This record gives sequence, structure tokens and C-alpha cells, in this order.
Amino acid sequence: MMNIDRRAVLGAAAAGALPFRSARSQAANTIRIGVLNDQSGPYRDLSGPYGVMCTQQAVAEFGQRGFNVEVVNADHQNRPDVGANIARQWYDQGVDVIVDVPTSSVGLAVNNVAREKNKAYLNTGSATSDLTGAQCSPNTIHWMYDTYMLAKSTGAAMVRAGGDSWYFITADYAFGHALERDTGNFVRAAGGRVLGAVRYPFPATTDFSSFLLQAQAARPKVIGFANAGADLINSIKQASEFGVTRRGIKLAALLMFLPDVHSIGLETAQGLVLTESFYWDLNDRTRALTERLRPRLRDQVPNMASVANYSCTLHYLKAIADMGVAASKASGVDVINRMKAMPCDDDAFGPGTIRVDGRKLCPSYLFEVKSPRESRGRWDYYKLVQTTPAAEAFRPLNEGGCSLVRS
Amino acid sequence: MDFFGIPAPLLFGQLLLGLINGAFYALLSLGLAVIFGMLNVINFTHGAQFMMGAFAAWMLLNFFGIGYWGALLLAPIIVGITGIILERLMIAKLYKLDHLYGLLLTFGIGLIIEGLFRNEFGSSGMPYRIPAELQGAWDLGFMFMPVYRGWVVVVAFFACLATWLVIEKTKIGSYLRAATENPALVQAFGINVPRMMTLTYGAGVALAAFAGVLAAPIYSVNPQMGSNLIIIVFAVVVIGGMGSILGSVLTGFGLGVIEGLTKVFYPEASSTVIFVVMAIVLLARPAGLFGRA
Repeated sequence: MMNIDRRAVLGAAAAGALPFRSARSQAANTIRIGVLNDQSGPYRDLSGPYGVMCTQQAVAEFGQRGFNVEVVNADHQNRPDVGANIARQWYDQGVDVIVDVPTSSVGLAVNNVAREKNKAYLNTGSATSDLTGAQCSPNTIHWMYDTYMLAKSTGAAMVRAGGDSWYFITADYAFGHALERDTGNFVRAAGGRVLGAVRYPFPATTDFSSFLLQAQAARPKVIGFANAGADLINSIKQASEFGVTRRGIKLAALLMFLPDVHSIGLETAQGLVLTESFYWDLNDRTRALTERLRPRLRDQVPNMASVANYSCTLHYLKAIADMGVAASKASGVDVINRMKAMPCDDDAFGPGTIRVDGRKLCPSYLFEVKSPRESRGRWDYYKLVQTTPAAEAFRPLNEGGCSLVRS
Repeated sequence: MDFFGIPAPLLFGQLLLGLINGAFYALLSLGLAVIFGMLNVINFTHGAQFMMGAFAAWMLLNFFGIGYWGALLLAPIIVGITGIILERLMIAKLYKLDHLYGLLLTFGIGLIIEGLFRNEFGSSGMPYRIPAELQGAWDLGFMFMPVYRGWVVVVAFFACLATWLVIEKTKIGSYLRAATENPALVQAFGINVPRMMTLTYGAGVALAAFAGVLAAPIYSVNPQMGSNLIIIVFAVVVIGGMGSILGSVLTGFGLGVIEGLTKVFYPEASSTVIFVVMAIVLLARPAGLFGRA
């Protein structure tokens, strides 16, 4: 309980002390980008400071084209109230666009604020497919991945490999629920069964052994982890500790990022399959981008979450240059519409488009984690198993229930 | 055989897991109880010191090649020394003031330590392997019991027993207890009370670090591993009765089991159940189960 008070105080302090140093005369010609993410909790290493650095990289590469760009950032601590407060304050103080925002519950809260203030909102961090479904908004683009795309790629691949009965261990909030729902749908559609699910409190759980034991008792062929970040790391480590896999049960990490694999270690993580839309060693363009980012990220390599900030910031700035700063400040919806009208292309995700419901389309890749013997060094962790083309990777436009889609 | 719709093997497994988690609660709340009992300081840095113990083990391995067994001995000593320095430089100045000042100071220091580690090591954590001697698992029929977890329960039990014996049954322990009651009088008998306080704080911190080393192979070694536990551990201390050694140990194991059962019957409430128990206990017995009013 003390924890909550402490975090609330820190959040207020972080939001209040934002550095807006530039003079008023410059303000009209300055685009302000607010990077809002988890900088102290379980999702910090996925984006956090690295997400901010990738945004700054995009600004640097975009260069000077007649207007100034400022990047500010804050920690939302995975709490919807803190996130919504910072977003409201930022938009009121002249921040033009908010990017990143992992943690689906926070991502959805900020979605409402952006719409209310008619500002632009580029979500790269949240997973819930509701952002382009029931809760879609003309002010929002959902950039890189969502629960539907993960479920379709990883879930369907597991069922194909014979994993036709599932039990879920789910983080008890919007993201976990969405991931469990979307994966369950694919499992059932492929002829499999969902035996049950256990939902654990987020973010206050570190010991998963009890939930693993419950899952094991249901005798599924696959245990699906509808969680992420530090929770997923602990889940997988403890599954190996309690011999879950030795009893023939497969583990499905439904949302796993490269830093997670790094933290678990190849010894334990080898053989897991997972879905990402970016891998630093995927092709020449991703390798070139990784090389350019090296001075900022130092010993880290970019991952799907952090690099999406680079991609969306770059595309956003191109749209601003195209329509002019004054017009862009007048209406967030106009900015988003301009972004949807322009084709995207960058080194992270290659060429792509943005759909009317706000979904950015890119291919999804099914990877398998290498064994320690296959890995040629630090960060050499993935083998590409399968590619789902952009047009098939995401939920069909007419199935999301988004009000922007005219059927 | 079923209990309330839960198959018996599953229930036994959960009880055992609850006991394992309880071992950590007991070890941590023991350190807190020792510090509060002797120094009257509510040590909110305890979670950070637990985390430092785990990181010390990781650093000893990665920078000096010293493995788990060495770390089990060295990490508590190293972190204990940092505790002693902290006590001498800052905490000792607050003994005469209200509890609240000590609480705020240690709370702040805990946040700073956690922030520094997060800055340096990130939040997803470092892997730390289970020592070769303790790898593997026993097949108990109703569950797979990792050898390492069994080891944790046994070690935690003996550490608690040893601490209790030192405080209740030895001469040093009797000085300590006397100094708690009337420091001026004990000082008059020629015993260096301030030094004893310092060493007590160091010992309490060392216990936290010891728990940290035990936890390192189970959880990923990450900066927030302590802050997740510390609030629960405080609830344990409050339920057991502030300052009561025996109370904190028994409550630690007991609440681990209660939490474990909640994870089966209503998992969504597993992070809150301990606080519900705390509220009920405080209403019925404001001094805690084993505390003296």
C-alpha cells in the first residue's frame, strides 16, 4: 500500500518537472513529442530509456526541415491514472503527440485522453487489439504488434505442431485478458481445446510456481503465458525449475521480446517459439539501423518495442513536414489522416501502410530461440521459422468492430 | 480425494509452495524484527538490502568467479558492512527522534539504492544459476519438488532458529535485550551500547542479504525484487507483533501458506489476502499476534 503512495508521488513529480525551456516565440514552430512508458517496472527494458533513445534517433535522422522538434519523456509506472494524468498535462502544455505507452490498461486510458483533446497518439507498446477494435479512435495509430497478430502466429503454430489442448497463465489486466481471448479463439478455430486459465495479480506477483502447478494439474499439452516482461521471465524460469517441460508440456511465450530471452538465458529459453515484427539481424536494413543506433544504445540492441518508436516518429515527422506545423497543431485527427494517407518506409519494418482503423501493417515473423551451441555470440538468439505477410498478419478490417470502418 | 473441489495432490503441492515462500517472508521479517526490537527503527531499506544480497552474489560470480557457496558467506558480510556504514553515518543520528524519521530516512535510502541499481542493470534482471549440487528435483508423486527449494526451507529454518537462540539464550543476547529496555543503565555497566546497536543493525541487514542470495537462483536478480516483497514482509511483522522474533518467524511461514492457498481458491486476491489478514488481526489484537501491548 505504501508502494502505491510512493509511486503516485514520484509520478506527480515527474510530470510536474518537465523541461519546457524554449521561449514562447519558438513554441509555434516547435513539434513536441512525448515518450510515455515504463521506466521503473517490469517493462522498462523492453522500451523505457531505449524507447526514448530510438525516438531521438528518428528526430536526429529526420534533420532540420523548417521546424524544431523536442522530445520529452515520463514514467507512467504501469498505472492508468498516472498515465492519463501525464497525458492530459502534456497535451495541455503543448505536447503534440504521445508515443510508446506500453501496458494495455494505460494505453487505453491515454487513447481516451488523446481523443478528448484532439491530439495525435501513436501507440507502439500496448498489445491489446482493442485499440484498433472496439476502442479504436481517429486520433490513434497502433504501430507494431497486437494480441491478435501474436495469437495468430504463435498460437496457430503451436496447434499445428500438435499442441491442441491449452491452459493459460494470465496477467489479470486488459493485456492478459486480450491475449488469452485472442489466442483461445485461434486454438478453438484450429480444432484445439482451452482447458482453463488462472489469472494472477499484476504487477505484484513474483512467484509463479503455484500457478504452474495448477496448470500442470489440468494436463494440457501447452501452457500459454499471457504475460510479458519480468513476469514472463520468472514464469519460464520457474517452469523449467519445476520440471513442467520434462512432463511433455510445451510452453508458449505469447509475447516475448529479445531482452527477455537475454535475461532468461539460452540454456533455459532454447527451443521456445515466439513472434516479433522486428529482429536486429533480420536483413541488411535492420542491421544497418542497429549499427546506427549503437552509439545511443551501447551494449543493447534494438528490439521490436523500442525500434517501433523510431519507425512511428519518423513517419509522423514526415507527415508534419508534408502538411505544415500550423495545420498539424490545429487537429490531431488531421495529422493521423495524413499519416494514414502516406505510405511508410523505414529500415526497421520496411515498406508498410496504415489502415483506416489505425492499424499499421507489417509482416510478422515466427522465430525459434537458438540453443547455446547454435548462437554465435551476444544477441544472436533467433532462427526465422516462418513469415506471415503484412496483409494476413493482422485481424481483418471488418472483424474488429471499429466504428471508423464503414461496412 | 478432493477438498472443496480441489484435488488433494494439488492442495499438498500448494501447501508446500506456501511454506517455501513463507521461508523468505520469515527470514526477511526476522531481520526487520531484530532491528526494530533492538533499535526501534523501522528499516524500510530492508527490501533494497535483500536485493543487494542477490546482486552481491551475482557480482561475486561474474567479476571474481566466486560461486554460490562463497556468496552465501561473503554477500551477507559485504552487505552487512554497508549497513554498518549506513547506521554510523545516518541512522544513529535519529535514535532519539520519533519512529517516523527513521522510517522516512530508510525509505528514501531504499528508493535511491533501487534507482541506482536500475540505472546500471535495467529491470529485466540477470540470470543466476542454481549450484550444481542442488540442481534437479524430487518426484513426490503429487508434484515435482526442486531440490533447491527444499534447501531454501531447511536453511531458512535453521537461520531463524540460530538467530532466536543467540538473542534469547546467549550472554550477548541478554545484553541486547537489556539495552533495549534501558540503554543508559547497560552503558553504566561498561558495555558499549552504541557499538552493539551498530552491530545489531549490521546483523539484521546481513540476514536480508542472506535471503537475497537464497532468492537469486529462483527469481531473476533484478532491482525491484525487494520492493515487491518488502510490503508483504512488513505486513508479516505487523501481524506477528512488532519486534517479536518468534512471532515474525511463525507468521512468516503461516502467511506463506495462507497466500499459497489463496492462489488456488481465488488467485486474483493472492496479492491482497495478507493485508486482509493484517486488518483483521489489528482490529482484534492491535499489538499483533505475539506482541506485547
